[in-house]
Amino acid sequence: MSDNLLEIKNLKIGATVYPPGEKPHDITIVHDVSLILKKGQVMGLIGESGAGKSTIGLSSMSYGRGGVEITGGEVFVNGRDILKIQAHGLRELRGREVTYVSQSAAASFNPAMRLMDQVIETTLLHGLSSKAQAEERAVELFRSLGLPDPENIGNRYPHQVSGGQLQRVMTAMALCPKPDLIVFDEPTTALDVTTQIDVLAAIKKAIKDTGVAALYITHDLAVVAQVSDEILVLRHGNMVEHGTVQQIIEAPKEEYTQELVKAHSITHEEKKPTDNPILRVENITASYEGTIKVLKDVSVDIHAGQTLAVVGESGSGKSTLARVITGLLPPSEGRIVFDGKELTPALVDRSLDDLRELQMIYQMADVAMNPRQTVGQIIGRPLELYFGMKGAEKRKRVVELLDEIEMGEMFIDRYPAELSGGQKQRVCIARSLAAKPKLVICDEVTSALDPLVADGILKLLLDLQKIENVAYLFITHDLATVKSISDSIAVMYLGELVRYGTKSEVLSPPFDDYTDLLLSSVPEMKLGWLEEVLAHRKMESAGN
Amino acid sequence: MGHPILNLVAQRIALGLLLLFLASGLIFIGTQILPGDVAQSILGQSATPEAVANLRKELGLNDPAYVRYFKWLAGLLQGDLGTALSNGKPIGEAVSYRFSNTIFLASWAALFSVPLAVILGLFAVQYKNRWPDKLISGVTLASISLPEFFIGYLLMFYVAVILGWFPSVSIPNESMSLLEKLDTIALPVTVLVLVVLAHMMRMTRAAILNVMQSAYIETAELKGLSPFTVIRKHAFPNAIAPIVNVIMINLAYLVVGVIIVESIFVYPGLGQYLVDHVSKRDVPVVQACALIFASVYITLNIIADLVSIIANPRLRHPK
Repeated sequence: MSDNLLEIKNLKIGATVYPPGEKPHDITIVHDVSLILKKGQVMGLIGESGAGKSTIGLSSMSYGRGGVEITGGEVFVNGRDILKIQAHGLRELRGREVTYVSQSAAASFNPAMRLMDQVIETTLLHGLSSKAQAEERAVELFRSLGLPDPENIGNRYPHQVSGGQLQRVMTAMALCPKPDLIVFDEPTTALDVTTQIDVLAAIKKAIKDTGVAALYITHDLAVVAQVSDEILVLRHGNMVEHGTVQQIIEAPKEEYTQELVKAHSITHEEKKPTDNPILRVENITASYEGTIKVLKDVSVDIHAGQTLAVVGESGSGKSTLARVITGLLPPSEGRIVFDGKELTPALVDRSLDDLRELQMIYQMADVAMNPRQTVGQIIGRPLELYFGMKGAEKRKRVVELLDEIEMGEMFIDRYPAELSGGQKQRVCIARSLAAKPKLVICDEVTSALDPLVADGILKLLLDLQKIENVAYLFITHDLATVKSISDSIAVMYLGELVRYGTKSEVLSPPFDDYTDLLLSSVPEMKLGWLEEVLAHRKMESAGN
Repeated sequence: MGHPILNLVAQRIALGLLLLFLASGLIFIGTQILPGDVAQSILGQSATPEAVANLRKELGLNDPAYVRYFKWLAGLLQGDLGTALSNGKPIGEAVSYRFSNTIFLASWAALFSVPLAVILGLFAVQYKNRWPDKLISGVTLASISLPEFFIGYLLMFYVAVILGWFPSVSIPNESMSLLEKLDTIALPVTVLVLVVLAHMMRMTRAAILNVMQSAYIETAELKGLSPFTVIRKHAFPNAIAPIVNVIMINLAYLVVGVIIVESIFVYPGLGQYLVDHVSKRDVPVVQACALIFASVYITLNIIADLVSIIANPRLRHPK
């Protein structure tokens, strides 16, 4: 009993939901979850969105986010049931015994306060040390977390520091009051893959140095395998499997865990480039407001019915390339040849047919659809606009498209709010295909989705490519995705094309330094991967 | 130089001056299209046409409008507000006495209403959707919904006439001590506070509630801070810009919009002075008062803009 830091017994958590068109009702989001965490131990909570992992993590601070309520069970921290203590006692627990690191450090810092004041706030509040001592400790933490200029970074405001650095400052903030337990809630999910690895290493080192216990919440099994001792797999608020990291990764017992372990199982045989590419991007240079060049002399080809993947971290210019091709940002130099003829640089000058043949799918399916239109209206709109379809003819085609995206006619009168994340993205795909395009630009289309759902979307895109012979320009930061679906790959770094060729060419050694960094940064599902990679790195990410 | 804040500040002040110039033009045009003839109204209905013509010539009313406008503007730039037609005295003297009275009344109203509004707003946030919030909202909304002349006469009847606590007529003079002056203006100040309180309180509440949705508020709660510390340290500093904006609009109203309250309590302020001279067709006085009101509005709004700019850490501390 004495060395059980956190003990959760038969935890039940509920919430009231307000679905459109129905009466509000109560649902249970966590059913009967129990776990024990000993001092200095790290447990990974893993699952897809809706698995209840954040909710369970926050319950160790007796906190319910947005109307979520703990309806049953017990949560012991250092031997006392924190669900039974009053608000004042909770304030003693929060920030002193248990601290929290959130997914988006950028949003989790008060924009109007200096970082240092926020980092030491808890330490001072709980009277743990003097201000000078707390600041000294903070600087020490900044240094051990690998932050640049540790003596002065605390004087900055949140907007003056990069995302990866903020995530480390937030870790320092959590460590500063010397807590017994830290809840890490997807701390690296919002970061570039090359930055993620540094933050992950910093967190792992901090946990090891301070001996703090941690709940590490993530949807990425490969990531959690690097930092945890044990893993608890969750699904729809139920415990699926609990075991050591090694057992979960190497010998998962449950079928769901096995699926998670082998996610990204799609294989795709690369097609040979043709002589007449459907789209030629020739020596494009582009800038915003004429000052900083965000694209420098970029040339790529896309072939009919094939996929070009554009990879790079944030700021590499990959989304700008899409903006140039669609005409949203006319380039300062270079030209774009589509289907044998040169495209006018600006969107407003293009013909309806040019617009039709070039469609887009976005990362956030949620905001790419009008919430007040039904699925039928959303998919029907391009049919009406480009082909003048009406009435029964339009409806028939919408149903065909719904069948193609494996959803079916019953969804035709639903609103976007009534769809899951994966279904929303499928509707967006159907809408783009309704125009019978020759090229679809897919901008991070699977980044906001859970791994298994994302796999389904990729599989669908590949199947549709075979049927419709459509070409994809696939923008992503996720190399695993690239490996599964591309025919050729363009690697971009700070606006320049650093490596370009067919998939087999780009992914075969010898690598340039950046491609090597990018490839080696993709978390692999094996123990000790993190240490191995860090020992072999040649360069650092631009986001550091 | 080169700091973005300095550039923004200079830009705002330049814009303010331009706006003031445009306002002077509008005021001049507005007074020109007023019906009636000043010379006629000074001399009365029985004046001979010759006398009216002579007076018009004397007053310079025969010059083209743009000449008179630039003469007026040149005078303004030298600090000369012109001469009142009705009594031939310089406007500057009368205005400065009246204006200082108006500012006196407005300052005391602001001194009570602004802190009260912000504190009530903070309380309303803390007790959101519970009875203290509903009570605060209900009372302030009721007070803003009643016309100010109604509240004015109501207070006058109950507090001044029946209870006899404060005088019903508010005419302070130089020989009074500060306390006596405050006693004199207690009723108009109360009316003004009631009129502007609701707007500022509601805006404070809304601005802070908006900020309370942010992720950094959750961070603060998970640090174990007390609810009031969360609001004071983490929510309020990020809600300053909208709050200051609405405070400044209300301060401007306290100076410019007090005409009715001044008339009710026969307070010798600028508003009452303006009303008197509109009925006398004393165009230069009307112009001068309107221009002063315009500058008050513009100045306060520039201050609101500047505070919003300075309150924004992104502008104060560029990358």
